[in-house]
Amino acid sequence: MKEIVIISGKGGTGKTSLTASFAYLAQDCVIADCDVDAADLHLLAAPKVLHEEAFHGGVKAAIDSTKCTQCGKCTEACRYGAISDDFVVDPLSCEGCSVCFHVCPSEAVILEESLNGRWFISESRFGPMVHAELRPGEENSGKLVALVRNQAKVLTGKSGKTLVLVDGAPGVGCPVISSVTGADHVVVVTEPTLSGMHDMKRALELVQGFNIPASVIINKYDIAPEMGQRIQQWCLEKQTPVLGLIPYDAAVTKAMVHGRCVVEFENGEVSEAIKRIWENLISQTTS
Amino acid sequence: MVIAVASGKGGTGKTTVATSLASVLGPAGQLLDCDVEEPNCHIFMNPELHTSVTVNLPVPVVDMSRCSRCGTCGDVCRFSAILLIGDEVMTFPEMCHGCGGCTLLCPEDAITEGVRALGVLESGFAGPVEFVHGRLRVGEAMSPPLIKEVKKRIKPEKTTIIDAPPGASCPVIATVKGADFIILVTEPTPFGLHDLRIAVEAVSALGVPMGVILNRADIGTRDVQHYCDEQGLPLLMEIPHDRTIAEGYARGELLVHAAPRYRERFVDLLNGIRDLAFQPNDRPIEATS
Repeated sequence: MKEIVIISGKGGTGKTSLTASFAYLAQDCVIADCDVDAADLHLLAAPKVLHEEAFHGGVKAAIDSTKCTQCGKCTEACRYGAISDDFVVDPLSCEGCSVCFHVCPSEAVILEESLNGRWFISESRFGPMVHAELRPGEENSGKLVALVRNQAKVLTGKSGKTLVLVDGAPGVGCPVISSVTGADHVVVVTEPTLSGMHDMKRALELVQGFNIPASVIINKYDIAPEMGQRIQQWCLEKQTPVLGLIPYDAAVTKAMVHGRCVVEFENGEVSEAIKRIWENLISQTTS
Repeated sequence: MVIAVASGKGGTGKTTVATSLASVLGPAGQLLDCDVEEPNCHIFMNPELHTSVTVNLPVPVVDMSRCSRCGTCGDVCRFSAILLIGDEVMTFPEMCHGCGGCTLLCPEDAITEGVRALGVLESGFAGPVEFVHGRLRVGEAMSPPLIKEVKKRIKPEKTTIIDAPPGASCPVIATVKGADFIILVTEPTPFGLHDLRIAVEAVSALGVPMGVILNRADIGTRDVQHYCDEQGLPLLMEIPHDRTIAEGYARGELLVHAAPRYRERFVDLLNGIRDLAFQPNDRPIEATS
């Protein structure tokens, strides 16, 4: 079983659109959407949910005002400033560390399991899919990502498939670390802009720090070809393979509006480039 | 006044909007880049950064000569960062959230606090604009404590523009909490609309007035406009898809430099936000070059 994770560093470079195109071209894989706080892959994959479960990542504190003596021990101990002067816990600031629960002399603090989100096993247009929704504003996205990846692997084993395609989150923090650790290959999708290059370097540094093989795709290449060349040159120096270049084309957005990925929507230059990249990626990961 | 620029979906133009606002504010403005995982404002503002401090998180250090092996530390830790295994107390500093519970509750006072570096906070000036950003150490998972450190640099006498991370989870909340106004930048695509909805849902609980900027406004459908109407969200500005703007962005050029006609539009935007954020006592903002 192979697991390929698609990330980008910078947001909006085309991760999800490309993941959908790859899933379409792969024909026979399990897909996992690990961008759990702004999941979009379902908009193209049209999953029918077969199984759904709540995700509880931790606890939140609450104070029972009938037991509280307002001694102030909890506010003093809380490092997140989550307890107000009148002893009410702000759930958005509460980290769920339970220190207030332990220091309260009158047992006024209650720890409640927090509902952080939901996760799903579905049948999508592209095959089996595991995805999730983090409740807006919630934490523990890393744990939810780990759960989605594990479920996708279990599903891959059960269904006799050999490939998992994972759509990751932007950035280099908690959900991204959780998306890439232990993967077989990571693809970083970038764009020919200074921001795209800056963020790609940080994403590659993260992935290569875990000793995971990585490659790069430069999307919307023709917006600034000279920046694209700089990125290619840099990748060459760092011995990071560039799988290919994709030109900018309004067809990608048009396809998205129709709930389709571009390779099933039209047969232009963009689709040709994506097909070649997919072949390169497969040979990279099987060599 | 503090204006946070957030987005839900990444790559919609948060940084473009934040740097444009900071640029037209000039000496009255302060720009904080709280997208600490991938900070990009510096690429467009070219600040001279004169100070750099490491931001740390406290993590436990155990003195085994005082430890009685009672296991309290492991029992209270909700993050599996400290554990009594056999005769040894093991710590996993990368899992620690720095709550201080184990240190506080150890009956033998055997635990003190060391540090884990989260990243650096750098500050300086970009021309007349005060500039602060955080850079999360690559490999570090927790960004909110670094974001909170960056926000401690807010100066109440300035108009502070904060560039938020994408998404709608805890780092976004840590960033926009306490702002007087939130700008949500999106694009007119199914992904843009979907992630805008999530972002609106995430920040609504804060009760902060907000408005939407639609970038590349002519590339998709009009569903975002309909959604804004439905929700009573003011549509503050539409920026059409424009090759000159995209090419300027690629080179790290400010929008208000690549397309100077936008300077006046951003001044109007700031004054409009001043009214929407119920800050009528702030002086009107005048364009600076």
